This record gives sequence, C-alpha cells and structure tokens, in this order.
Amino acid sequence: MPRMLFQKTGDAVWISHLDLMRVLQRAFRRAGILLKHSQGFTPHPCLSIAMPLSVGVSSEYELADFELEEGDETPIAQIAARLDQVMPQGIHVVRTYPNGQKLKELKWLKARLTLIYDHGVPERAEDELRDLFARPSLTVEKHSKKGPVEVDIQPMHRDTTIFREDAHTLILETVASAQDPTLNPLLLITAIETYLPQYKADFTKCHRIRVYNRAMEPFT
Amino acid sequence: MNELLERILPAVQKPARYVGGEYNQIVKDKQDVELRVAFCFPDTYEIGMSNVGMRILYAIMNNMDGVWCERVFTPWGDMEQEMRRHNLPLYGLESHDPMEDFDLIAFSVGYEMSYTNILTMLDLGNIPLHAKDRTGLKHIVFAGGACTYNPEPLADFVDFFSLGEGEESTVEILECYRDAKRNKLSKEEFLLAVSKIPGVYVPSFYEHRYNPDGTLSEIVPLHGAPKTVTKRIVQDLDKAFYPTKMIVPSTEIVHDRMNLEVMRGCIRGCRFCQAGYTYRPVRPRLPDTLFCQAKESLEDSGNHEITLSSLSTSDYKYLAEATDKLLDYCEEKKINMSVPSLRADNFSRELMLKLQKVRKSGLTFAPEAGTQRLRDAINKNVTEEEILSTCEIAFSGGWNNVKLYFMLGLPTETDEDVLGIAELVYKILKVWREHAVNKKRGIRIHVATAFFVPKPFTAFQWEKQITPEEYTRRQKLLKSAMLSKSVEYNWHDSKLSELEAVLARGDRRLGAVLEAAWKNGARLDGWIEYFDYELWMKAFRDTGVDPSFYTTRGFGKDEVLPWDTIDCGVSKRFLWLEKERSDRSETTPDCRTRCAGCGANHLLERGVCDA
Repeated sequence: MPRMLFQKTGDAVWISHLDLMRVLQRAFRRAGILLKHSQGFTPHPCLSIAMPLSVGVSSEYELADFELEEGDETPIAQIAARLDQVMPQGIHVVRTYPNGQKLKELKWLKARLTLIYDHGVPERAEDELRDLFARPSLTVEKHSKKGPVEVDIQPMHRDTTIFREDAHTLILETVASAQDPTLNPLLLITAIETYLPQYKADFTKCHRIRVYNRAMEPFT
Repeated sequence: MNELLERILPAVQKPARYVGGEYNQIVKDKQDVELRVAFCFPDTYEIGMSNVGMRILYAIMNNMDGVWCERVFTPWGDMEQEMRRHNLPLYGLESHDPMEDFDLIAFSVGYEMSYTNILTMLDLGNIPLHAKDRTGLKHIVFAGGACTYNPEPLADFVDFFSLGEGEESTVEILECYRDAKRNKLSKEEFLLAVSKIPGVYVPSFYEHRYNPDGTLSEIVPLHGAPKTVTKRIVQDLDKAFYPTKMIVPSTEIVHDRMNLEVMRGCIRGCRFCQAGYTYRPVRPRLPDTLFCQAKESLEDSGNHEITLSSLSTSDYKYLAEATDKLLDYCEEKKINMSVPSLRADNFSRELMLKLQKVRKSGLTFAPEAGTQRLRDAINKNVTEEEILSTCEIAFSGGWNNVKLYFMLGLPTETDEDVLGIAELVYKILKVWREHAVNKKRGIRIHVATAFFVPKPFTAFQWEKQITPEEYTRRQKLLKSAMLSKSVEYNWHDSKLSELEAVLARGDRRLGAVLEAAWKNGARLDGWIEYFDYELWMKAFRDTGVDPSFYTTRGFGKDEVLPWDTIDCGVSKRFLWLEKERSDRSETTPDCRTRCAGCGANHLLERGVCDA
C-alpha cells in the first residue's frame, strides 16, 4: 500500500489524531487526488496513520498509508510535493512511496524528551536520572482504558541517554518499544516524577525522531 | 508569548483552537501593514469559524492593502483561567500578538447571550471595558452582526456599530480610520467622521431620556447625528464579494463543511422571527454564480460536504436548477450535499430523493405551534396536512426519524394550543404506522420546545413574555400528554430565555447589569455548562434593574423603544399591522405571492424586491 512520510511540528502538534485524519483527507482533495473510499452506508476514505501521536508531541517521522481511487494514475512519488503545498502550518510531507514495509515489523521508536527547569537544572539531576534508568526494574502507574495499571518500563526501552543541553535544559533520548508491548516515552517522565520528584521538570516536551524494525534498521 | 502558550496548552481542552496556523489563514508582513484589526467573535472558535459573515468580512478586510485582520475568539473557561494565571493576554490567532498591538477591535455579535464574552475578551486583551475610558484613536471598538439591531445594552462598551451587511461599509469604515490615523485625528473627530458613513451608529451621539415610570421619554441626537440610522445592504448578491479561498480549520467546528449562501432574506414573514424581518429584502444568487463559488471553494478547501444555506432554502427561487447542477458535480466527487431549513409545504419528493442519492439525512420540521389557529397567528404558514403528507412521503421512502421544533409561550397561546402539539405528534405516529416500509426499525420523533423570546424588529416586539414558571407549567402539561416511547421530548431552559428576552429588548441601563453579572463571574452564558442564573439575578438586584420591566411588562404601542434610532428597512407601522393581524389570527401571504408592503424594498436602488 502507498505510504507517506510526514512531519508534525510547531503549532500543528496541537492537532489531535482524529483532527489530523480530517486534515489529511482534505489535503488530498485540495491536491486534486481522490482517495479510495470504503463501501457501506457511510463511506470512509482509505487513510490510516501508524502509531498516532499524543496531542502536544512533535514528530519528524510520521507514517500514513493511503489508497488512491481506482483509475487515479497519479505517480505515487509525485503526491508528496502536491500535498505539501496545501498543508496547514507545521505539517510537512517529506515523501510518498508505493510500498511501505509491513506495519507489524515496526518495533522501536526513538524519542527525545526535553526537560526544562525554570530555576536551572538541579545539580545532581543528570547522574541520578542515569542511575534511575539503570535500575533493573522501574514500576510506573499507567492510565489504560481499564483504569490505572502498574507496568515495569525497564524492558521496554533501550539506549536511553541523558545530557545537559544548557543550564535550564536536560535532554533525555530513548528508544522505546513501539508495539508488543507499547511504551509511551512520556512514561519515562512519570518515572522521574514518581521516584525522583525533586527532579521534576517545570515543563517537558516530547519529540519523535524515527522508527525502526526489530533489527534496529530504519523502518520505512 | 509562544513559549508561554506552549506551556499552557497541554492543560486545556482542544488546544488546536488556540494556535491558528490553518490552511488559508492570512499572514502579512508587518512592515507593509498600516492598520491592524482584531476581528473578535464573542464565542468559541468552533462557533465563530462556522459563521459565514465572519468569513466574508475576514477576506474583505484582508483584501485591503495595508490592512491585516486577524481572528480572536472567546477562550473556553479552562483557557481563560490558565491565561489569567500566567498573565497571558488575549491574542490574534494569526500573529499571536496581543490585542493591545491592534488598532481597531471589531466584534461580530450574533446572539444576546454572548454579550458577557465581549467583556471577557476586552478584559483579557487589556483593553478598557468602557468606551469612555478608551480616550485615544487606538483600540476603538466597533460591532456589527445579526444581534446588533438593538445595540443599546452594549452602548457603554462599544464606540460605534456597523448595521446591516458589512461587505461595503466595513471597507469604508477602515478607510475612514486609516485617514484618521494618518491625519492624527482625535477619537472624537474620528467618531464624527465615521458617523457620516451610512449604516454607522455612534451611541454616544444620542442621549436617552426616561420617564418617571422607567420608560423612555425621548432619544435626542447630538452633534448633528441623524434621527435614524438605516442598515446597509448589498444591492446585488451576484456582484458581491464571496470568498472561495477560506480558512480550513484543523480541528472540528460546529458547521464543518462548505457553506454556500443561496440568498439573503426570507419571503415568509413569520411574526416572531427577527432574522426574517432584519435580513429583508429578499435577494437570491443566480445558480451560475453559486455553482462557480461552490466548485471553487470545494476544490480549494478540500471539503467533502456542502450545504446550501439561507433562512429558508426551499424558498430559494432557483433551487431546482442549482441542486441539479451541483448534485452531478457532487456525486462525481463523492461530496455530500445538504439542504437545511426545508419547509413542509414545498418539500418535494423529487428533491428528497435527489439528496438521498448521496446521503440520507433526517427529516426536520419547525411547525412552531401545535394548532392551525396559533400557526396562523404567528404567520407560520405550514398546515397540518402538509406536514402529514410530507411525512407520508418520507416514511414510505424509508425515513424513520423526525425532528419537530415548537415554541411555547407564543402570544395568544392557550392550553389547547399546547396540547395541539401532542395531537400533531400522535397524528405523525399514525401516519408512520400506516406508511412505514420497515416497521421493525421503529420510529423516533424528537420534539423540542423553545421558550418564546420577543425580539426587536418583529411583529411581536411589543409583546409580553410569560414567566418562566408559566412556561414550565405548559412544558409539563405537554410532557404529560406525550407518553409514547417513540417520542423524545427536550425543552429549553426557561431562565436562559427570560434573560435572552431582557437583553434582546434592553436599553442602556442593561450595560451596568451586564458588567455586574460579568464581574460576578458570568461567562459563556449561551453554554449550559456555564450559564448561572443566580449571577445574573444578583446583578439585577445590585444595579436596581428589574428584569420583568423587559419581559412580562410588554411595551406600549406609543412607547419610545430603545431601538427606535435604528431603521432595518421594515417599517414600525408594518410591524404593528402584523401584530394586529396576529391578534386576529390572520395570515399574511409570503412575499412571492403578494408584496405585504413592509418597506424593505426601499433599501433597494430599483425599489422592487426579487422575491
């Protein structure tokens, strides 16, 4: 199935997943490209976004699959440029290609968490956060559809690094399990707030960098 | 500013409505901008972005060289709280610049219950609330919109009003302001200059005097102001500007579809309907114009839904021609077309079937009253027979969902009229039993009653409103008469409607009430989540204003009305004649059948309506 790679940054991060679906559907129409529609009483355009982002999270590596209406011969590679011209601020279509890898092969996602401390990064924060994520297990409360559940996040992330960007900013980069099981990188922040509340940042931003397959090869 | 916003937004509901950046928003280089307009809609983004007038004027202002018009909406309660907590001033969505950076503050007001939102927005924008406290040329506040034909409750806060359709007058107003800015005029000099533009009403140029009994004794024009100000209209809708490159919201709004305005005005003359009178004279758009506008704006916006809107679209002269042409286009492009406000009396089987090709929507009627006698009195010329025969067609075509809208508390209403609603509903049920194609699916009849609110510039502008208690009694009476499981009955809050009536027919003394209520914490009064009657009652007590003066008292025939300065085209004499006909339960034919002589045709250069 054809796939598009796009970025969602700036003020577009506030567009929710459902709203983004509408934004993309309309962008296809604006670009003069008709999507295939499902059959049935209320036909839906064939378009789906892999691993929807939470509201407020930016990403430079978003994937969406789409199907063109039968008879539409638009070369898939050309669609990106046409779509990109008609997007709202903050949505940028990088490329479109005919065949994406199977979504079930998607395994890891790399994210960057920016922790901002208004009164400066606490002195021992870097070291203590490193120690925290080196623990054999870290149980964190997660909100699921059935209510709060306890999960151990340690088996679900790797290559987690922490460094100080400037006097007010800590950067935490991590490679989190994208599916089976899924770890929202923001749970690392919850872990800090649970175990080291003194290092709770005044403001945190989350940014998705890339996604990988099981062998840690870039997923496209 | 943006960093602060970034911190606030994770804590509020639907943050996308606070950042702008949508497709087709207008961003200009500040270097080329001489005049900045903060175009405020005193309700949420979802409501404001659904407003056609707002979209037309946004484009018109931004089409002017050197003018940059940005949008400002009322933040929801959580956002207001966060903004106050972080000292974030209200800002334009396009630039994120605070309102203080703008020259003109324009409001489009469509609903009485949004008045306090105006105060919220001015206050959050650090703009002084009172017109008299804004002494310079900067931050002049003006307002227009469907709800400003009685501008008096807002007279304390708004410097001037732009009455009627703004396509042309808004440009004139902005030019006048630009000249004033270039020539460094004082605010007073500018107000004098702008008051010369037809359709502009400057409340401070009129003194309102009162009798000991509280009624108005006279309205005295000052500074050579005209005795009456006549609203503006667009002469030729086919030549009028209509934007086809419109902002496409990135988040869902109330009317999330392409809106095509097929005509202005309404031929019907329902006696309670303010829009029916104030939007006169009737002016249709030609189908060719519509088709071009539809195609251009659908292609540009990427919308997959279009609606043909007007006050009564089935009365649109060229409906058949326009829908034929549009439906072919829409079907090919998989676009849904809807035609709202269809009337029972000329809802043709043909059109229903045509629309069904794309998507089957619900069936909605607004008989407004339960008996023919009362329907005649309000001039809602829909007969029971028409409703039932339309239902018959619909039920045999597979529809099984009917919505019915009524009003309770209409002038001359008796218990018999109230129970007549239930009788009509049962007759519809009977029709369904006899004609339904699939009885297993059952039928849902949704009945909703609103509380009659007498409005200025209607035949009922003098009428008494019944008390909320009496409304509730009638509503319970109706409820007890409709026990069928197929009927779902909803009713409006009588307290909200009582207040709406006060504000609709209010005079300048309401300004103090508005401000007191707002200071008591009244916010987003049109939303049940927020409406708090007690805050308002306290405001009335504290300001010594009696709400019943504006509701149950009624206005006398010879009384000076607060809105007498405004001329919306329809004569007061005609409205009184209509009131008398209503008292006799006499109908007036629609404008197409016979001109009733309302006077609005005089607004047209050629003097004759194209009903």
